[in-house]
Amino acid sequence: MFDAATTKETTRFEGLVTVEDTGLAGMITIRGARSEIGGAMSDTVGLPVPETLRVTTDGRRSLAWMSPDELMLFCGHEEAADLAARLAEATARAHALILDMSDARTLFTLTGAEASLREVLAKLTPADMRTQAFPRGMIRRTRLAQVSGAIWWADDGSLRVMCFRSVADYVRGLLCHAAHPASWVGHFRD
Amino acid sequence: MSHRLSSGGRLIDRATSVRFTFNGTYLRGHPGDTLASALLASGRSLLGRSFKYHRPRGLVASGAEEPNALLGLGTGDRFEPNQRATTSELFENASTTSQNHWPTLDFDIGAANTALSRFLPAGFYYKMFIHPRPLWKHVYEPFIRRSAGLGKAPAPESRDPDRYEHFYLHTDVLIVGGGIAGLAAAKAAGEAGAEVLLIEQTPHWGGRAPVDGGEIDGLDPEAWIQRTVSELEAMPNVRLRTRTMGSGVYDHGYALAYERIADHEPGSEAPRHRLWRIRASRIVTATGALERPLAFAGNDVPGVMLASAVRDYVVNYGVAPGKRTVIVTNNDDAYRTALTLRDAGLDVPAIVDARPEGGGALMAEARARGIRILTNRGIAKVKGGKKVKAVAICNQQGEGGVLDVIPCDCVAMSGGWSPVVHLWSHAGGKLTWDEKEIFFRPDPSRAPTGADGQAFVIAAGSANGHLGQGEILTDAANAGAEAAGQGTSSAPQGAARDEAPIAPVWMMPANANPALRRKAWLDFQNDVKVSDVMLAAQEGYESVEHTKRYTTLGMATDQGKLSNINGLATLAQALGEAIPAVGTTTFRPPYTPISLSAIAGEARGDLFQPIRKTPLHEWHEANGAAWEPVGHWRRPYCYLRGGETKKDAVIREINQTRTSLGLLDASTLGKIIVKGPDAARFMDMLYTNMMSSLKVGACRYGLMCSENGFLMDDGVVARLDEDTFLCHTTTGGAERIHAHMEDFLQTEWWDWKVWVVNATEQYAQIGVVGPNSRKVLEKLGGMDLSKDALPFMRWTEGELAGIPARVFRISFSGELSFEVAVPANKGRALWDKLFEAGEEFGVTPYGTEALHVMRAEKGFIMIGDETDGTVIPQDLGLHWAISKKKEDYIGKRAQARSHMDNPDRWQLVGLETLDGSVLPEGSYAIADGKNANGQRNTQGRVTSTYYSPTLERGIAVGLVHNGPTRMGEEIEFNKVDGGTIRTRITSTVFFDAEGEKQNV
Repeated sequence: MFDAATTKETTRFEGLVTVEDTGLAGMITIRGARSEIGGAMSDTVGLPVPETLRVTTDGRRSLAWMSPDELMLFCGHEEAADLAARLAEATARAHALILDMSDARTLFTLTGAEASLREVLAKLTPADMRTQAFPRGMIRRTRLAQVSGAIWWADDGSLRVMCFRSVADYVRGLLCHAAHPASWVGHFRD
Repeated sequence: MSHRLSSGGRLIDRATSVRFTFNGTYLRGHPGDTLASALLASGRSLLGRSFKYHRPRGLVASGAEEPNALLGLGTGDRFEPNQRATTSELFENASTTSQNHWPTLDFDIGAANTALSRFLPAGFYYKMFIHPRPLWKHVYEPFIRRSAGLGKAPAPESRDPDRYEHFYLHTDVLIVGGGIAGLAAAKAAGEAGAEVLLIEQTPHWGGRAPVDGGEIDGLDPEAWIQRTVSELEAMPNVRLRTRTMGSGVYDHGYALAYERIADHEPGSEAPRHRLWRIRASRIVTATGALERPLAFAGNDVPGVMLASAVRDYVVNYGVAPGKRTVIVTNNDDAYRTALTLRDAGLDVPAIVDARPEGGGALMAEARARGIRILTNRGIAKVKGGKKVKAVAICNQQGEGGVLDVIPCDCVAMSGGWSPVVHLWSHAGGKLTWDEKEIFFRPDPSRAPTGADGQAFVIAAGSANGHLGQGEILTDAANAGAEAAGQGTSSAPQGAARDEAPIAPVWMMPANANPALRRKAWLDFQNDVKVSDVMLAAQEGYESVEHTKRYTTLGMATDQGKLSNINGLATLAQALGEAIPAVGTTTFRPPYTPISLSAIAGEARGDLFQPIRKTPLHEWHEANGAAWEPVGHWRRPYCYLRGGETKKDAVIREINQTRTSLGLLDASTLGKIIVKGPDAARFMDMLYTNMMSSLKVGACRYGLMCSENGFLMDDGVVARLDEDTFLCHTTTGGAERIHAHMEDFLQTEWWDWKVWVVNATEQYAQIGVVGPNSRKVLEKLGGMDLSKDALPFMRWTEGELAGIPARVFRISFSGELSFEVAVPANKGRALWDKLFEAGEEFGVTPYGTEALHVMRAEKGFIMIGDETDGTVIPQDLGLHWAISKKKEDYIGKRAQARSHMDNPDRWQLVGLETLDGSVLPEGSYAIADGKNANGQRNTQGRVTSTYYSPTLERGIAVGLVHNGPTRMGEEIEFNKVDGGTIRTRITSTVFFDAEGEKQNV
């Protein structure tokens, strides 16, 4: 349900990597102890609960570790409200907070050579972007220049960047600046 | 006259020529030249004037330590002052200008200071300009500012057109310096399996070795360097980067490196500079050593250069600094310069060696080549003004009696070498004085240590005090292996050092008379002489740090790279102390100046600072919003129509809202969800009033205080269900209050079952305000918002015009008012529909100023206006919002302190000027008498003041001593022009005190 009147047009920038707005996505914030809600969560979503700093996915939905007591479920924007309600019901007897936060954040998709993706991100985040520190399947909550954000690998080898919607223009600008075609560093290699 | 030799110059491409200008004159150089070598090749020996005396100055060095050759480089937006000619690569059409002279470089009026130099010793300004005080500001300071200083700042309207960026890197080993030590260390560390980043500040690998000669692993140094660089490039775990300077080393293995990507290609699309922000487990400083000048009279005359620099220009650039060069030295290394000059076919009339016995094998070689060698001799003085004409020779142990005069056009001096210990020292590495070599070297037993308690900086090669090629290579290979966590490594083979000992020579001649000492420079850029340091000692300056500041020794842009050791040795001698007892000044980053733009990185222009935008931001922008920054948000202050002023716009917005319909973008308000079995208990602790009694479906205004009892935020709380609350915070408070909640949940009440989530950005929130607000919402349809269905201070959920919405019936304006929250992506759709439906009511968007005025008319407080971190709710008459029933809440105990529970505190009242004018912001109510400081006593102050279009007069609220008991009393508030305004104390509610307007 992409509402053109209320959402920016998708932008695309081609440089060292390609930077695109991912478009609308369902994002459900889940707070609760893994031991209390892990089972119900997994059954409802159909995905295993991720280990620390990991993302589990079936290609359609992804479940990302956000902190020791927080997960985020990525799903279709249209199914988010219903899924959030089902999750709330499934965890009703536990101490949990399920919130549909699909509109609070903006996602970007970065595609390109893996080394270039690491390099573009390394211009903005103090997190270690080396393969051994940020392998496929990992999510990092970190800073992107002056704002908070999260980065993780999608299973197709592209990179997702997430930030709060209010600073989407700023983060888009950062990513395009870092991906400027003449700014290749050549430190990371495939 | 060209000084370019007919052959040689390993770094230049003779086949191509590059055109550039110096002070407007066209000159030519070759690709590979530095600005310095190209200027020298063109016969330009006079490149600038000194800082204080405006003495003519030329090149002294060939690298980062150069104190004199600072140029203005570039034009227009790309003009930069103080660019070091020795480290700036020549490029086509480079425009260079000399600095610090007037009117011209050749004829400078300021040079009269030289004649007065006797009367301008160290500390002169301090002594002279203290009295009378007014003269300092109006006479002395403007004069000194005009005559001092180096380059001129770029024009104020110029804008840097280039791009900059940062690069964060984590690695095992960072090696700073790409000479043979850095290369050997990188090879050892790389072979041991470590991830290595090797950086070199110049565009070339190998450092001094190709100039100094020798043999490494049986190869010419140049060949060994090439071979090693290719070996390193082939290693997958090693990265090499030239034009990248190790700028600073900080705690925890953090280091900054400064990459000059495009300085030599102005206008290129590439980022000009890149700042590397590196986390390394180990840092190897293979930063080499710098040659020291000798202190003799006239050692600053253009043509007097470091011996190593003289041979650098000959070997690297095929440039002869002079045709007849006298060498003066206290060590063997300078003999290499004599041999190099001879090899290039240049004349060396004499080598003046201050040591009684002279040198070792290198001296023998020079003698065998027929070079005249004078031992136990020194230079009494250099003859010449703008260039060297001759040197007067004297006995080194004497007072300067002239024995001989040798005509020459260049003097190559060497006072020995000092390891570059800067990066070792930045994070606390200590030094030890080496008596034999006469320099400070890193003390490995007192290295900077990391989190593991182990040394994280390892000095290598000549930076570690080794001056022989063989010793350097062995030390560096071991350093590399150690950094990689291995014991030792097989080192490349080089010859062991075979040199006679250096002799300490801090003044030449040793007993130079005062006239000579006054012409013997220590710090070239800042014009500090041997006589200045001796004067400082005589005047009681014992600490090297104090002497530095008194004399300005080492305070110039070269940060004492040449002057440091000579200066402190001179001080030690004058104080009769040992050099290590005097110690060094502190080494601080950056190693050489780095651009502010590199530090800013991408943070300029549109990316200077994140600007938070609401879902309606674009609409505001397209509809005349005059922006007001609120935190990082931009909110419309008002919307300008036609040619109206902001004041007119605010009046129009208020009138239209009060009489019909206004819309407010309230999306920036914080929205925090609090949920759990202990949520109600938690809410009772957070807020001063009772929240646990709030019914599901109801709203309540609440106050939050800090632990010290001060009011820190307010807002409306809605109970969503038995276990769930929605807390509205102020715009600026959302992140702070969320953190405040997490803080208490994680550290104090960790066993309470409560989750909090900051849902601020999930919603667009629109205030629909005014007598016609219900009508417009009813037109959208979908929800029953009648008085009975949704009474004041209730909320409900449903769909408005098909958009899922939560509607709060709350009012911050006194009008009938609804706040509608919808998913952020639907915010614009709702806004557009409200405009469409509201057209018949003259729907008017209003900004923050109208919001402020309307709330002030109603006597509602504003966090940040009525509060400033020292105000408690009781000061604001908010006792009704403080629960007496609750056992505790955050701030309760603090509010019971005697200073808080005190009737003498200033309290909030309304203020009406008798003449209807608007009180100035921040105005104080005056009281009788004066305080201990002779200031007028006060009895209150204005916290908010506005023109009220509703009442057509000025209204204000403020904190007044015993205010609430003084209703009707008239007091005086001060004005900026010195007068006062008679003002009556009133209720804080100016409009619709009964609340009838919202009760419909």
